[in-house]
Amino acid sequence: MITSFLGVLFDGLAYGMLLFLISVGLSVTLGLMNFINLAHGAFAMLGGYVCVLALQRWGLPFYLMLPLAFLLSALAGLLLERVLYRHLYRRSHLDQVLATIGLTFMAIASANYFFGPMQQPVQVPQFLSGQISVAGVDLNLYRGFLLAAGAALTLALTLALERTRFGASVRAAVDRPRVAEALGIRVGLVFQVTFAVGCGLAGLGGALGVQVLGLDPAFPLKFIVYFLLVVAVGGTSGLKGPLYAALLLGVIDVAGKYYIPEIGAFIIYAMMVILLVLRPQGLISRK
Amino acid sequence: MFKHHLKLLASTAALLLAANASAQAPLKIGMVVETSGAFADFGMQMMNGARAYMKAHGDTVAGRKVELIVKDTTGVPDVAKRVAQELVTNDKVDFLAGFGLTPSALAVAPLATEAKKPMIVMNAAASVITTRSPYIARVSFTLPQVTAPMATWALRNGIKKVYTLVADYGPGIDAETQFKKTFTAGGGQIVGDVRTPMRNPEFAPFLQRIKDARPQAVFVFLPAGEQAVGFMKGFAERELDKAGIKLIATGDVTEDGVIDAMGDAPLGVITTQHYSVAHDSAENKAFLKAYAEVAGTKQRANFMAVGAWDGMAAMYEVARRLNGNIDGDKAMEVLKGMKIDSPRGPLTIDPATRDPIETIYVRKVEKAKDGKLYNVEFDQFQNVKDPTK
Amino acid sequence: MSIPTQAARQIPVAEIVFWLVLAAGFWLWPSYLPLASQVLIAGLFALSLDLVLGYAGIVSLGHAAYFGVGAYAAGVLASHGWGEPFSGLLLAAVCAGATGFITSFLVVRGKDLTRLMVTTGIGLLLFELANRLTDVTGGNDGLLGMEMRPLLGTFRFDMYGKVAYGYSLAVTFVLFLLMRRVVNSPFGLSLRGIRDNPGRMLALGYPVHRRLIAMYTLASVYAGIAGALLAQTTQFVGTDVLSFNRSAELMVMLIVGGTGMLYGGLVGAAVFMVAHHYLSDLNPSYWQFWLGAFLIAIVMFGRDGVLGACLRLMRAWRVRAQKAALES
Repeated sequence: MITSFLGVLFDGLAYGMLLFLISVGLSVTLGLMNFINLAHGAFAMLGGYVCVLALQRWGLPFYLMLPLAFLLSALAGLLLERVLYRHLYRRSHLDQVLATIGLTFMAIASANYFFGPMQQPVQVPQFLSGQISVAGVDLNLYRGFLLAAGAALTLALTLALERTRFGASVRAAVDRPRVAEALGIRVGLVFQVTFAVGCGLAGLGGALGVQVLGLDPAFPLKFIVYFLLVVAVGGTSGLKGPLYAALLLGVIDVAGKYYIPEIGAFIIYAMMVILLVLRPQGLISRK
Repeated sequence: MFKHHLKLLASTAALLLAANASAQAPLKIGMVVETSGAFADFGMQMMNGARAYMKAHGDTVAGRKVELIVKDTTGVPDVAKRVAQELVTNDKVDFLAGFGLTPSALAVAPLATEAKKPMIVMNAAASVITTRSPYIARVSFTLPQVTAPMATWALRNGIKKVYTLVADYGPGIDAETQFKKTFTAGGGQIVGDVRTPMRNPEFAPFLQRIKDARPQAVFVFLPAGEQAVGFMKGFAERELDKAGIKLIATGDVTEDGVIDAMGDAPLGVITTQHYSVAHDSAENKAFLKAYAEVAGTKQRANFMAVGAWDGMAAMYEVARRLNGNIDGDKAMEVLKGMKIDSPRGPLTIDPATRDPIETIYVRKVEKAKDGKLYNVEFDQFQNVKDPTK
Repeated sequence: MSIPTQAARQIPVAEIVFWLVLAAGFWLWPSYLPLASQVLIAGLFALSLDLVLGYAGIVSLGHAAYFGVGAYAAGVLASHGWGEPFSGLLLAAVCAGATGFITSFLVVRGKDLTRLMVTTGIGLLLFELANRLTDVTGGNDGLLGMEMRPLLGTFRFDMYGKVAYGYSLAVTFVLFLLMRRVVNSPFGLSLRGIRDNPGRMLALGYPVHRRLIAMYTLASVYAGIAGALLAQTTQFVGTDVLSFNRSAELMVMLIVGGTGMLYGGLVGAAVFMVAHHYLSDLNPSYWQFWLGAFLIAIVMFGRDGVLGACLRLMRAWRVRAQKAALES
């Protein structure tokens, strides 16, 4: 009884961390920069395809693939920021929706063209597959790895945002762009870098997530609700909110499916609506 | 618009010139398929299969050049209905064909009746489809048809306690119902069942439930594609096989087109279905050769491509038997009872139900010399009909 | 945003021409009537979203919920032997309106992102419910056996889509006229005030919540009727009527046309669906690329959608004409 509960808790936390990892990039672009980037999934998909190419075709080891997925997605983000996104910062949210949906359509068609519509072969590396038994609870290695990766990433990002000069200028540039500019902060550059980091994180999350979620060209639209729901439920004031929201939703979803599988399809959406109605500003809101 | 009128004028003129002239006009086949969206691979497989057939057998039949007009349903039934209407009223197609998904086929069925157009279902697998219009013939399979043999085979091979896991939607429920029926009628026991959501299919908690219940085997139906991949990975990672739980399934789970995406996870899985690329026959070799010429070697063919291939074979045969003059009622008479030498083995269109009668094979996933996985057939049930009719 | 509406009021000629062209559709695009009726239905549906988004300022990505409820209401009625079209519309309006009223209490709370996800959640929950209630909806396979009776007892729904087009056009036109009155009434104007500055409207003594709930319910009624029209003209209902993709595509259509301008929904639906149709005929597999590029182009080269761009062009042209007249 207790062991099965511990097992469910572990699976739930791991699933929550997966949700967090695939949406952390959006917490940066939408949460921090207040830009409705519905093309987030396209960058995540890019990371996924980098993962497939790196592991299958180029024969790179897993631990080199991850930074590569981050860098290439960040690079793509940087390029698109120059040609498209920077024209949209000051536009209405609806215009942002339209343009980024358009970008998503283009990404889907491109993926279809270059890789075909089928599922891509993505495998968990040998040293992370299988499971170990700790005190009678079966712990899946890759899920354990996801938990560790998510925790490390959150820590690093929080430190970077709250403790570094760059983090301070990001917050200044977002909250009071004119004042920041007057203080000598190069707002354009700050936005550019932040946006690229957000896209890089999307790619990294994609590369980590496709091992569990699978990868085909429909990826960006298929998971769009999950990206958005983590950010919406978590609130847009930082990374802690989305992290807690993702973990909470993950545990409830997995526990619900284990104990009452009949309502499996409803749990996560119902929880989302309930949490949002109870806390419209998100779990952790800006004062 | 103007161009369209011209076309109309031209075709009317051609009709008037001579009865024979209609044999010169192209034989138009309207392909209603999913070529974008979440089911884009369905459309891709079917189009490859249809084009492969034309590559192998020429693009002319009964003196008429065959023309495929492809319309994307995007997986939405109202779009399917609309493009089918356009195919019938504007393009004046001779056949409607394709149909990867059940709702699309069902939405178009009344139109086939009204327009008296033969409608060849190349994939969609709900039993009910052929009952919705006398102008529908199916060359693929029905889900109960491939499910029942799995239950029978399991019983014969000492499996008495089974847990079922199916996707929570129409086809999944059909598979679950049929499996339970055949399995319990033969003395087997269902120790538990679970239906998994179509979206957000995180399989971990379901797999853990099954592991805790310790059945002899778990029977699975999931739509081919990401869900099957996700399930197989989870099954292997959670080490259910090492816990002594066998995996038996319909062929959708280890479908040829996606099996490469699963790693070694599906090794040893037992499935029942009507087609495997590893099937050993001259027809299959010819099919695979033509398929590779059309689609390249990167993409492996699957049962949907075979459905399209056989659908084309059926339409070619109808055109030959009717000397190129396609009339809905006459075409249906030709289709009823038609025998096709399919890459999957012999196939007959049941004259009573217009559903396929075919051999269902029991297969096991093995690694071949080329290092890839295949569904290797080792047992079979001959002349299987849809058990629900 | 008020300028285009004024412009629309000043030039009813353009409006009359707009509807006359649609009525002439039987002769102008006789071979594309099925597409045209689906454009009208999507346009009516987008009009409904415009009530919510453009006039009340509620961002929704779950509007298919009400469309779907309406579609199923009409579908279930017809499959149970009552195939008279107008009673189907009425039932759909009632069911969708009730669903809209109940859910509106969840929706009006919170800000943009919250509302966006609450509406999305409602849509997804209803989708899963329809998939589960196979006895009522037919589940994933779809609702079978919808037999529609002839319209007004005489016009049978034909495969060329003539009756479907006339029917959709008539219903859309009547509902459009009604909406035109509503948004220009004191009620509609107060909503625009709420959209632009809710705090101020509250301070002025307007019952902000009640107004929003009323508008949301009205919009749900419209969405339900649009859903019923689709169900009746297709004679089939699948769970897809409730899908997230339908909600998302709807929002894209409305933004393409332009929000808060009355005609934005109809124009957007026409532009989007015709582009989609044309591109997917050119290339059934990769059309999404060009559609995406098209959407980006609309954002880059115009504000307030296609309609906004047209109105600006017209105004610029008129100013130039006036100048020319003065100079000569």
